[in-house]
Amino acid sequence: MTVDLEELRRYEERIHEIALRYGLDCFDQEFEICDHEDMIGYMAYSGMPSHYPHWSYGKSHERLKTLYDHGVHGLPYEMVINSDPSLAYLMGDNSTCLNVLTIAHVYGHNDFFKNNFTFKSTRPEHTISAFKSHADRVRRYVEDPSIGIDRVEGLLDSAHALAFQCRRNLAVKKSSRSEQTRRLFDAATPRRDPYRDIHPTPDYVEPDLRRIPLEPDEDLLLFIRDYNPYLADWERDLLTIVHEETGYFLPQIETKIMNEGWASYWHYQIMTHLDLPPDLRIEFMVHHNQVLSAAPGSLNPYRLGFAIWNRIYRDIEGDAPPDHSERTAGRDALFAVRESDRDQSFLRRFLDERLMRELGLFEYSQQKDEVVVSEISDSEGWKRTKETLLANVGAASIPVIKVEDADYGDTRTLLLRHYHEGRDLELDYTERTLAYAFRLWERPVVLETLLGGKATTLRFDHDGFVMKELV
Amino acid sequence: MGAVFRAKREAVADRSATDRLRHRQKIRSSIRENIADIIAEESIIGRSGDRVIKVPIRGIKEYRFVYGENQPGVAEGATGDTKRGDVVGPRSKDGGRPKPGEAGQEPGVDYYETEVSLDELIDIMFEDLELPDLERKQLAAIESLRLTKRKGFRSVGLRVRLDRRRTIREKIRRVRARKKSSSDPGLATVEEREPFHQSDLRYRHRTVEIHKTSNAVVLCIMDTSGSMDVVKKYLARSFFFLLYQFVARRYEAVEVVFIAHDVEAKEVTEDEFFHKGEAGGTFVSSGYRKALDTIADRYHPQLWNIYAFHCSDGDNFGSDNAAAIAAVKDLCAVANLVGYGEIKPRGAGYYGSSLLETFQQIDVENFQTVLIERKEDVWPSFRALLGKDRSDS
Repeated sequence: MTVDLEELRRYEERIHEIALRYGLDCFDQEFEICDHEDMIGYMAYSGMPSHYPHWSYGKSHERLKTLYDHGVHGLPYEMVINSDPSLAYLMGDNSTCLNVLTIAHVYGHNDFFKNNFTFKSTRPEHTISAFKSHADRVRRYVEDPSIGIDRVEGLLDSAHALAFQCRRNLAVKKSSRSEQTRRLFDAATPRRDPYRDIHPTPDYVEPDLRRIPLEPDEDLLLFIRDYNPYLADWERDLLTIVHEETGYFLPQIETKIMNEGWASYWHYQIMTHLDLPPDLRIEFMVHHNQVLSAAPGSLNPYRLGFAIWNRIYRDIEGDAPPDHSERTAGRDALFAVRESDRDQSFLRRFLDERLMRELGLFEYSQQKDEVVVSEISDSEGWKRTKETLLANVGAASIPVIKVEDADYGDTRTLLLRHYHEGRDLELDYTERTLAYAFRLWERPVVLETLLGGKATTLRFDHDGFVMKELV
Repeated sequence: MGAVFRAKREAVADRSATDRLRHRQKIRSSIRENIADIIAEESIIGRSGDRVIKVPIRGIKEYRFVYGENQPGVAEGATGDTKRGDVVGPRSKDGGRPKPGEAGQEPGVDYYETEVSLDELIDIMFEDLELPDLERKQLAAIESLRLTKRKGFRSVGLRVRLDRRRTIREKIRRVRARKKSSSDPGLATVEEREPFHQSDLRYRHRTVEIHKTSNAVVLCIMDTSGSMDVVKKYLARSFFFLLYQFVARRYEAVEVVFIAHDVEAKEVTEDEFFHKGEAGGTFVSSGYRKALDTIADRYHPQLWNIYAFHCSDGDNFGSDNAAAIAAVKDLCAVANLVGYGEIKPRGAGYYGSSLLETFQQIDVENFQTVLIERKEDVWPSFRALLGKDRSDS
């Protein structure tokens, strides 16, 4: 390990000072020095110092290692955990310049984690201990002779399959049963009708309060946990664990572009005001351009986010190089947006035709055996290209599926509905995922969706999978 | 407050070891399920055992509700010249580059290339196969298995097998016993270094165990006539390659005899059998007769379990059919199992005759036939002949 800790510490002090002067508001920061093997190890477990065991992380580890060993892609410069204090990893094998850049970048993420509204629900002060507690509990179930690895793994497989079928916006509180009841009564009560003299008032229909769920429920794992009475305590606990971990990762998925752009924006501001010696300065520019380089045929979230943050500032303050030491309208705008937006709204509000053209965004689709440019960001096409982008950003890339009824056809069959918005489900994946849902619910599971424009029900029960088109 | 810098914690490096192992186990069972496809890969046929081969297998997928693959997406990198309808590239199956910290949710198709040695692969393949109806014959003198087994402890033995734990236990026992029996109380208080005695020493004892099973011989008979073109020979050899690997692996001392025939048959070496081409017409019966001769010469049916397998394209001279049927019947009378694999690649055109039809007249329990049309059929037909569940087929 060649890292000079004292030197890094000196840089860190100056970076921290600049960050504070620029108005960044961060958790305390901890850095851990590791080598590339450790880094792969951390990456496989999303950076967590402790995490429950599951074969999928072994797969992830092997994949990362293979890609790294074959030089397909290198390791990330930065890996930060949303926790309080924030924890980040620096690789000892990296050059000083790269580690200094990483430190500056990390402070950007740190500020974002602390202030963006989507992270308010993650309780960062408990992150590390919560993951540790999850790991301890899962290990205990694995070691319990009456449970064992096979059953734990089987349950986790099923839970992972449904993990992302949960509420997207955790900043909105889930409505309680009494609130839902009130809404039902509200909806059942006929409106006051100004034409009541000439138009008969509709009858009041008593709402069915025994129906479960009262309103469609998006938290599949929690619903199954609460309404399948045959689950053992350890099974309920595993469902809770998987659900909670999704709750931790969801904000990161929802703000990928903003967050990476934000960290890149600030590392650039900080690094250019750090009075680096000329050789480090040149090395920094090389790395910076690498991080923000276009990925033709793909989309680099660092580049997209960075461009938008710059645009927000310049639209207010003009093109002169910014000085963030003073509060300005531009700086205030940046901080306001980082607090109140997520990728969906961020792109919707600030990604305009000009920027899309500058970035060379285009829409592609698959035709026969080829991928073809189907729309470009010119005056006719940019809106559609943008809509397609929005449909693929963050949690919008995950189909919305809700529990409609736990006692469908009075047979305790679980009725799920796919809220179709133009995209069909992948059938093979759907079949297998339904099998997992069946394994957890232990009764037949039915999914209503549209396939090729036709209403279809997919059913999985003891006899396997059945697909039926509704006429 | 300044940030905290910490050097790396200990023992983080291998925390994924268990998860990796579980993943490997899953891959192994996935290999077992997809073995037919892997066998169909030409690369494994006829290669030496310790070679490491790359097996492309579908990764163990993690299923979720996802959108179908045909959805449009957005990418960057268009220039002023980019027009609608430009081809970006071939349709890809890859789910995009993973980015740090992302809880990879894009499905993609996981292709995973894993390295397996041919030995390991064959082990997996043959796990649940065995030579059917292996009977106990007289003079069961073949060592099928030789292993050394632990068999208790002795006070004499080789130095390398010294069991220190037991030796120390013996010593403690002796010292305790002496102290207890000693009438001199002073002796117990003196803490002296106590030397080992010859009588304390304990050695692990091992014996050699030999499992004996009945003698068995496998006769591989292949049609090498002119009508057996490259494809057919390849299929036949694939079949025999599997058979040979299987027998060599599972039955240490089973003898294998290779017989190649066109209008005449001769016994050949393994190398010739797998690598040499012949030409000429076909008298299937010649192969069977040669097998019968070999059996009469060297493998008396009372002493040997006999297995005969024959691969041909079924293009026999019509005049030979009667002789062939008679020969098969003779062979069935002495052999535990006679297997016939007919190789008829699909779409290869018209065939004058099929021995499968001819052989239908033979109604003997230990005569089995399979049809191999494509390389994917090799493994299922092999299993059909040798699987434990053969009675179902």
